[in-house]
Amino acid sequence: MTQQTAPAVVEMTGISVEFPPVKALDGVDFRLRPGEIHALMGENGAGKSTLIKALTGIHSPTAGTIVVDGVERRFTGPADARAHGVSTVYQEVNLCENLTVAENIMLGAEPRLLGGLHWSAMRRQAASHLERMGLNIDPASSLGSHSLAVQQLVAICRATVGDCKVLILDEPTSSLDTDEVAHLFTVMRTLRDEGVAILFVSHFLDQIYEVSDRMTVLRNGGLVGEYVTADLPPAELVQHMIGRSMEVLEAAEEVLEHTERPADATPLLQVVGLGRKGSVQPFDLELYEGEVVGLAGLLGSGRTELARLLTGADRADVGETRVAGAPARLRTPRAAMSHGIAYTSEDRKGEGVVDGLTVRENIVLALQARRGWIRPLPRKQVDDLVASYIKQLGIRPANPEALLRNLSGGNQQKVLLARWLATAPQLLVLDEPTRGIDVGAKAEIQKLVADLAAEGMSVVFISAELEEVLRISHRIAVMRDRRKVAEIDGGGATMDQVVDLIAGGGTK
Amino acid sequence: MTKILRHYLFWPVAALVALLVANTIARPSFLAISIRDGHLFGAPIDILRTTAPLLLVALGMTLVIATRGIDLSVGAVVAVSGAVALSHIASSPNPESPVTVLTAIGLALALCLVLGVWNGFLVSVLGIQPIIATLILMTAGRGVAMLITGGMITTINSAPFKVLGSGFWLGLPVAAVIAFGVFAVVALVVRRTALGMLLEATGINPAASRLSGVRSKTLTWTVYTASGLFAGLAGLLISADTMAADANNAGVFIELDAILAVVIGGTALSGGKFNLSGTLVGALVIATLERTVTVLGISPLVTPLFMALVVIAVTLLQSPRMRERLTAATRRPVATTPPEPQPAARPDPTEVKA
Repeated sequence: MTQQTAPAVVEMTGISVEFPPVKALDGVDFRLRPGEIHALMGENGAGKSTLIKALTGIHSPTAGTIVVDGVERRFTGPADARAHGVSTVYQEVNLCENLTVAENIMLGAEPRLLGGLHWSAMRRQAASHLERMGLNIDPASSLGSHSLAVQQLVAICRATVGDCKVLILDEPTSSLDTDEVAHLFTVMRTLRDEGVAILFVSHFLDQIYEVSDRMTVLRNGGLVGEYVTADLPPAELVQHMIGRSMEVLEAAEEVLEHTERPADATPLLQVVGLGRKGSVQPFDLELYEGEVVGLAGLLGSGRTELARLLTGADRADVGETRVAGAPARLRTPRAAMSHGIAYTSEDRKGEGVVDGLTVRENIVLALQARRGWIRPLPRKQVDDLVASYIKQLGIRPANPEALLRNLSGGNQQKVLLARWLATAPQLLVLDEPTRGIDVGAKAEIQKLVADLAAEGMSVVFISAELEEVLRISHRIAVMRDRRKVAEIDGGGATMDQVVDLIAGGGTK
Repeated sequence: MTKILRHYLFWPVAALVALLVANTIARPSFLAISIRDGHLFGAPIDILRTTAPLLLVALGMTLVIATRGIDLSVGAVVAVSGAVALSHIASSPNPESPVTVLTAIGLALALCLVLGVWNGFLVSVLGIQPIIATLILMTAGRGVAMLITGGMITTINSAPFKVLGSGFWLGLPVAAVIAFGVFAVVALVVRRTALGMLLEATGINPAASRLSGVRSKTLTWTVYTASGLFAGLAGLLISADTMAADANNAGVFIELDAILAVVIGGTALSGGKFNLSGTLVGALVIATLERTVTVLGISPLVTPLFMALVVIAVTLLQSPRMRERLTAATRRPVATTPPEPQPAARPDPTEVKA
């Protein structure tokens, strides 16, 4: 499997990258050999993306050498890297949805005919590339008409056009379901056996162990070490990644305290028959103080849509809402906010962070918006608030003036949480707060949710990871086909039970 | 040194200084300011006066651009404002009365406010693309102005109104006092309150701002209204300068000059972060440039070309890529021979998508 003796196709030595005042990478060595799947591991902000970007020329290292295929190189950008056999597929699919599959695959390597494009050859070549991936789709169909998973595979297909020696997959599995992941892994193994060196980044440890041959671990911009996957137990890996004992992780494992609520308690938020055409079927839901309600269901089952109706992000067209027993109309996020309801979207980049503003501005945004522009928060109060959240949530870099776009995904998520916590909400609706972030940060966020509930906050927790929902929720609402199909007690629920409900007796 | 070079105001200010130096070389008395009849006189004072209308329009434009928008209608609004004010004064039995003049100013500003509200309505409520929404008024506005003036160039004699264009207050041109005063007040309001941050948030990520409870629609509507109002004020200053309302030619291309002033000042047309101080310098650069053309005796035939070259130079030097190269060049020790081939333009880290 792993060709121990093969010379490295990529050899990075002593790589440092700085974004003053932040040192994102500090003297990191990295080697990638042909015919291996190499996992790059580390927490958010450890420098994984930076290392990849240094390799593909998006960032220029301030020190170190990069040798690709025996020649020292500094690529000028992804296109240059690709021309030398180093292709990258990012977490977000960077393709043109309005073009056809064939156009997307062949873009940049289009077959020409008499100065124009050779359309039929393009489709033929694209079809053969698709076949290699085991993808049975029409090359002439538009990319946007396919699921995200297919688009992801098309992106990989595109990356392997031409002479591809190195394939970099940055979080390719974060929005795929189990079958799709299995398909992707098959493709990855095929490519590996053809001699391609694959660099794989994922936050799912089980996936890393399933597919990778070797791994390099980074922490805080520095190299921890290179390991053969089979020789490194997961617990040790996690310790390498977070650089501390397992106590944080274990803290989150503690079973949530299940306090019996009085029978006559008024729900904080009660909805009856709330629904929206084409989005989610009418549903009832009651949320109580100090309770975490998990939403379980497949991607597209209506989890997010339900959350958006609860929080005024979308407008319901039927149903009633009561806040603390009194009828309320939550027509906008602003209206929901005035009732103490906060919502963090699953689309962190598109609907969450304001990446051109600083950490400080992002944290105070919602609080300031609620006060109105005319009454600015006193600077001293802002600084104290921001400093306390940076400390409490462990936001890195701990610099209130850092631009948000320079933070890693997990840290952006923490800033987003801080923005809402600063408004002291009574109900916090978290849509996929742990997607695409590493184990350490994930455990921290889970622990935070448990603590918040213990302090009396009501939390709605949405996650594609069932295990996480089960662990953290007092109650679980199960969604299927845009309908709330069941509500079960979180304490006694088992994985099998929930999976059965989600699958709905084989309709999946 | 590097820090100064990287400052967003460095190149606009450098351009301004360079223009002033060029003028002084061509005419050594250029910067001289004398006192005549208790008023300040001289080319710099003139530049302040001619900057006034452009500064007002550019002020509104900066705020609009911050929300990812653009307001093309300001030139037409300038024409409407002058037409309303002058028509009112011309048709009044007593054009010299301050009451008449104040009513005229009030009417003109009120109508321009309404025009701004219209633009804001199209953009924030109906969701029409700003460039198209304001294009409507850009063309229709001149028609409205024509209608008001009856297709004639309205001229008037009214001493109180003339003060706006060529009067002096505490030795300074009234027009400049008004424009710089309004500018200072708005800049203060924007930065001392949370308005600036909320505008930037709206411009950078409208969806996230909405979910955070920012009243993005109201903010957007407000900036178009403000832009209309400021353009109206600029129209009054322009028409008071010539004492004529020309529906076809008043404020022609002022929208482009204003956009230019914003860009020279370092605010990106893609919205978000904005610099009012940059806009101020940008407006001064453009006004000084117009002055320079006459001082240097450049033929009117090549004037537009000359101006274009200067503007290209400034905007190029302003661009992140160019600035990055320049800082890289200053960091490098000069002694090293031969200069290694530049590793192709390093993108500004802040520009790289996360």
